[in-house]
Amino acid sequence: MKAFAYHQPGQIPEAAKLLAAEPDSKLVAGGMTLIPTLKQRLASPPALIDLSKLPGLKGCTDNDATITIGAMTTHAEVAKSSLVRARIPALAALASQIGDPSVRNRGTICGSVANNDPAADYPAGVLGLAATIITNEREIAADNFFRGLFETALKPGEIITAVRFPVPLLAGYAKFKAPASRYALVGVFVAKFRDGVRVAVTGAGPGVFRVPPMEHALSQGFDPASIAAIRIDTDNLTSDIHAEADYRAHLVTVMAKRAVQAALSERPAS
Amino acid sequence: MGDVIGIGAAPKRKEDQRFLTGRGNYVSDIKRAGMTAGVFIRSPHAHAVLRGIDKSAALAAPGVIAVLTGDDVAADGLGSLPCGWGISDAKGVPMKEPPFPMLAQGKVRFVGDLVAFVVAETVEQANVAAELVEVDYEVLSSVVGVLDAVRPGAPQLFDDVPSNICCDWELGDKAAVETAFQKAAHVAKLSLTNNRLIGNPMEPRAAIAEYEPGTDRYTLWSTSQFPHVVRFLMGALVLKIPQHKLRVVAPDVGGGFGVKQFHYGEEAVITWAAKRVMRPIKWVASRSEGYVSDRHGRDHVTEAELALDENGKFLALRVKTLANMGGYLSTFGPNIPTNLYGPLLGGVYTTPAIYCNVKVVFTNTVPVDAYRGAGRPEATFVVERIVDVAASEMGIDRVELRRRNMIPKEAYPYQTPVLVQYDSGDPVGCLDGALVAGDVKNFGARKAASERKGKFRGLGFSTYVEACGLAPSRFAGRLGARGGLYESATVRVHPAGQVTVLIGTHNHGQGHETTFAQIVSDKLGVPFDNVDIVFGDTDRVQFGMGTYGSRSLVVGGAALSKAADKVIVKGKKIAAHLLEASEQDIQFEAGKFSVAGTDRIKTFEEIAGAAYVPHDYPLEVLEPGLEEQAYYDPVNFTYPGGCHIAEVEIDPETGTVTLVNYTAVDDVGTVINPMIVEGQLHGGIVQGVGQALYENAVYDETSGQLVSGSLMDYCMPRADHMPMMKVETHSTLCTHTPMGVKGCGEVGTIGSPAAVINAVVDALSHLGVTHVDMPATPNRIWRLIQNASVPIAAE
Repeated sequence: MKAFAYHQPGQIPEAAKLLAAEPDSKLVAGGMTLIPTLKQRLASPPALIDLSKLPGLKGCTDNDATITIGAMTTHAEVAKSSLVRARIPALAALASQIGDPSVRNRGTICGSVANNDPAADYPAGVLGLAATIITNEREIAADNFFRGLFETALKPGEIITAVRFPVPLLAGYAKFKAPASRYALVGVFVAKFRDGVRVAVTGAGPGVFRVPPMEHALSQGFDPASIAAIRIDTDNLTSDIHAEADYRAHLVTVMAKRAVQAALSERPAS
Repeated sequence: MGDVIGIGAAPKRKEDQRFLTGRGNYVSDIKRAGMTAGVFIRSPHAHAVLRGIDKSAALAAPGVIAVLTGDDVAADGLGSLPCGWGISDAKGVPMKEPPFPMLAQGKVRFVGDLVAFVVAETVEQANVAAELVEVDYEVLSSVVGVLDAVRPGAPQLFDDVPSNICCDWELGDKAAVETAFQKAAHVAKLSLTNNRLIGNPMEPRAAIAEYEPGTDRYTLWSTSQFPHVVRFLMGALVLKIPQHKLRVVAPDVGGGFGVKQFHYGEEAVITWAAKRVMRPIKWVASRSEGYVSDRHGRDHVTEAELALDENGKFLALRVKTLANMGGYLSTFGPNIPTNLYGPLLGGVYTTPAIYCNVKVVFTNTVPVDAYRGAGRPEATFVVERIVDVAASEMGIDRVELRRRNMIPKEAYPYQTPVLVQYDSGDPVGCLDGALVAGDVKNFGARKAASERKGKFRGLGFSTYVEACGLAPSRFAGRLGARGGLYESATVRVHPAGQVTVLIGTHNHGQGHETTFAQIVSDKLGVPFDNVDIVFGDTDRVQFGMGTYGSRSLVVGGAALSKAADKVIVKGKKIAAHLLEASEQDIQFEAGKFSVAGTDRIKTFEEIAGAAYVPHDYPLEVLEPGLEEQAYYDPVNFTYPGGCHIAEVEIDPETGTVTLVNYTAVDDVGTVINPMIVEGQLHGGIVQGVGQALYENAVYDETSGQLVSGSLMDYCMPRADHMPMMKVETHSTLCTHTPMGVKGCGEVGTIGSPAAVINAVVDALSHLGVTHVDMPATPNRIWRLIQNASVPIAAE
C-alpha cells in the first residue's frame, strides 16, 4: 500500500470540498473494493476521504410509496431491516447474499452502487426497482445512472447520500454465484409495478442491463413460463474461464424464471 | 500428572491449545533485531530473454540496502537449485536436467520466475524500490500446455532439450501388454486430462535469514515441511555452506500439502543476501505471489486402454501420459508423474500386464511437483475411470466388474507387474463395507426422488490403493532418488521421568504432537501430558527427511517406536541392577519394571532418576543417562486403500453438481488416534472433491499468464460444498511397520476424484455421456447436456 493522506470530514459539504481539492482522491465507504486495490498497489490515490463520520447517511426510512436507504447503510443492516423485509423483501434477500458476513458487515449500499462492479448485486436491485440515486447535488434515475463497466453518471466531487426505492407489488432476485468469487455470474432482479415489470441483469455483461422482451412478456403474464423461451443475445455478454457467453445467456433466462418464482412465492407487499 | 493416553485413544490435540488461542509461532511472527525487509521481483512474462537489469534508480531510493540479480549469483559462483530425483528413459539415458538458477540468468521461463531481490529497511520501501528496477525483457513466444509443447515448431525452453521433453520414461512389459491386447475380447479406451492444481496452504510461504559474523553461522527460518533437507540441499549444493554452520528452523507452519516440501529459490536468495547485507531479512509471500511461485500439482494428458476377456477379466492396461513439469525441475518434480504414478496403475486388481509411458515435458508454467497424493491420485483416476468405461461398454455392473478383478485378501502379499508388492489389504472387505455404509441398495429410490424434482442423480465408486510411507531407501535409490528416505527419532527421558521426543518429521497440521505423544505414552507408560514432541529445528533435532508422502507416522513413528524400545531395553538393565535380578527376568509393563513372578518393582520415574543420579548404578557396563535414538528405513512402501462412494445431484438447468452423499471405508492399518485419522480423511476427501468439481489452474495459451491467479478465480472447496461424510476404517495391519500402521495423510485425496467423476458420469449416462473432465464445473456440465440434447439426425 502506498502512502496517502486520510481525511474524516464531519459534514457533507466538507467532504465535497476535500474531494474537489484533490480530484484523484477516493471516497471510502466500506472499502470492500478500494482497500484490496490499495493493498495490491493497483491504485495510489493521494488521499482517502472517509465517509463514516458524516451524519444522516445510515438507516432505512419509510415514505409510503418508497423507502429510502442511507448511503452508508451496510448490506447486513439492509438484510435484517424489518422495514425492507416487510416492504421489499427481495431487496433484503439480495443484500443477504452479497459476499460473506465480513463483507456484509462492512460493505455499504452506496459503495456498491458507486463502484458499479459488473458482477455486483445491488446494481440489479437498483435498476430493477427503478430506484433514484440521491447525491449531494441532485437526483439521478437508475436508468440514467449505470454507464457500463465501473462507470456511472456521478460527476467529480459528487457524493451519493441515499437511494430511494419505489415499493413494488412483487419482486424477486435470483443469483447464480460465480464458483470462486461468489459474485453474481448471473443475477436477475425482477420487479412488478402497477405500470409494468422491470427485469435487470447483473454479472452477465460489462454492466447491469434491462431485458425489454422479458419485461414485456412478464407484463402480459407474471409467470416463469412467460419468459421460458426468451433467449438473450450473446453479443454483449462476458466470456471467461468460469462461463462462456452462451452459458451466461442461458443462465439469464433460468435466473429470470427463478426470480419470478421467488417473487410469486413471497407475500405480496402491502 | 495426567493419564496414560495410548494407541487407539482420541484425546484432543495438544497443539490446538496454542493454535486455537492465537499463540502459534509462525515465521511471520518472528522478529529479529535489526531486521530488514525483502521483496522479490518476478517475471511478468512467460518466456523472455533478460537483456539487462538497471537497478540504479532503485538503489538510490530511500531505505534501500541492496538489489541483487542473477548476475550477482553468478559472480559469487553459487549452485543451481538441485533436483532430488534423477530418472532415466528405457535405454538408461538420464533425464535432461537444465540448471534452475535461484535468480534467473539469461532467460525467464514462467510468469513468477525470480528475477531480482530488493532489500530495504521496510517492506514499503522495498516495494517502492522494486517498482524502480528496470528490467529489459525480450519477450519470446511461450507454451503452456503439454500437447502444444511437444509439437514440432513449439517454443523451446532450453536449447539442449529437444521437443521440451525432459524424459521419455516407461515402465512395464510392453510386449506382454501388446500380446494381451491382441487376444482381448474387449478394449476400453479413454482420453483424459488431470487438471493442474494450486495447493493454497492457509499460510503463505515466508522466510527470515540471519548471518552471525561472530560464529560464521547462518540461520534460516522457513515455512518448510523438511528443514533438514533444506539445510542439505541449500547448504551443500547451492550456497556451499558447511552443514554445521547452517541452522534451518521451520517453526509452526500453517499447512503444506506438498507446496512446502521443496527447496525454493527464495530460501537460497534470502540466506545468501543476509550475509551480503549483514542484517537479518524477512520475506513473506502474498497470496498472489504464492499462486505464481508455489509449485503446482498434477497437469497430465493421458490416453489409457484396458484389455478384457469375454468375462470382464482384466488382461492388460496400457497408459500413455504427457506430464507437465513447468519451467524447471523442482525438488521432486520428475519423480511424481513417473515413479509415484506408473507403479500404482495396478490398482486393487489382478491385471497381469501393464505398460506405462510418460513423457515428462517442460512448459512456460510454474514448476510442477508433489501436491497431496502426488502421482497416486492421477494413477487412481486413470484406473478407476477406465474400469467404469469398460463396465459400461461391456454391460457389466461396475461393482461386479471390480469384484471379478480384485485381489482377494488371501492373495496378499501380492506382487504387481509394476514393481510394487502389496504386503496386505482387503479391497473386497472395504467395498462391502462401503456398500452398506453408503446405503447403496436404496440409491434407486433416492434417484427417483431427485428425478421428481427435475434433477439427475449419480453414484460413483472408487476402489483404490496407494503407496505411501515414503520410502524404502534402497528401492527409491534404484528408481533415481538421490537421498535417503528413512527417518530418525530421539527419545530423551529427563531425570524426573518426563519425555522429550526429537523427531525429523514436521508437524504442520497433521497432529503429530498428539499422535506421537500417544505412542510414547503407550509404550513407556508415562502420562500423555509428560511428553513433548520437538521438530522443525536442525539445531535441536538430529536429522530427518521431513513430512510428505504420508510418511510421518509410518516412517517417523516407526523410528520413534524403535527409540522407545531402546529406552525400555536400557531401563531393564538399570532395573535389573537395582532389583538385583537378571536382565532376562525383568518385565516392563504399564510404566513399571518388575522382576517376573515377584512384586518387586521400579517405576519408570525411579529408573530415570537412577540413570541421571548414578550412585547405585552399573557404571562399569552401562552409561548413565536415559536417551535413545533410532533411525528407521522402511523395508517396503505401505499400501493403504479402500472404497469411496460419491453421490451427486445435478441441476440440468444450470449444470450445477452438488455432492449429496460421501462414504469412505479405508484401510489405513493400525489407527493411533481415530479422531485425527477421521480429520485427515475429511481433509483429504475435500481436497479431492476440490479437484473433481472446483479447482483449476488455467493459463492463457497466448500470453502464458496465469488466469486463475487468485482466490477470486481459483475455486477452493468450501464447507458448504460438502455433505456430512461417512468415514469408516476397515483395517488390515501392515506386515512390515513396527505398529502395523499404513498412513492416512493422502488416502482421501487419492480415492475421491475418481469417485466423484464416476458419479457425475453416472448421473449423465442416460444422455450418452461417457466421460467428464475435471473440474466438473456448471458451464462444462451444461455444455455436455446441451451437446447431448442435439438431435442425432445432425450426424
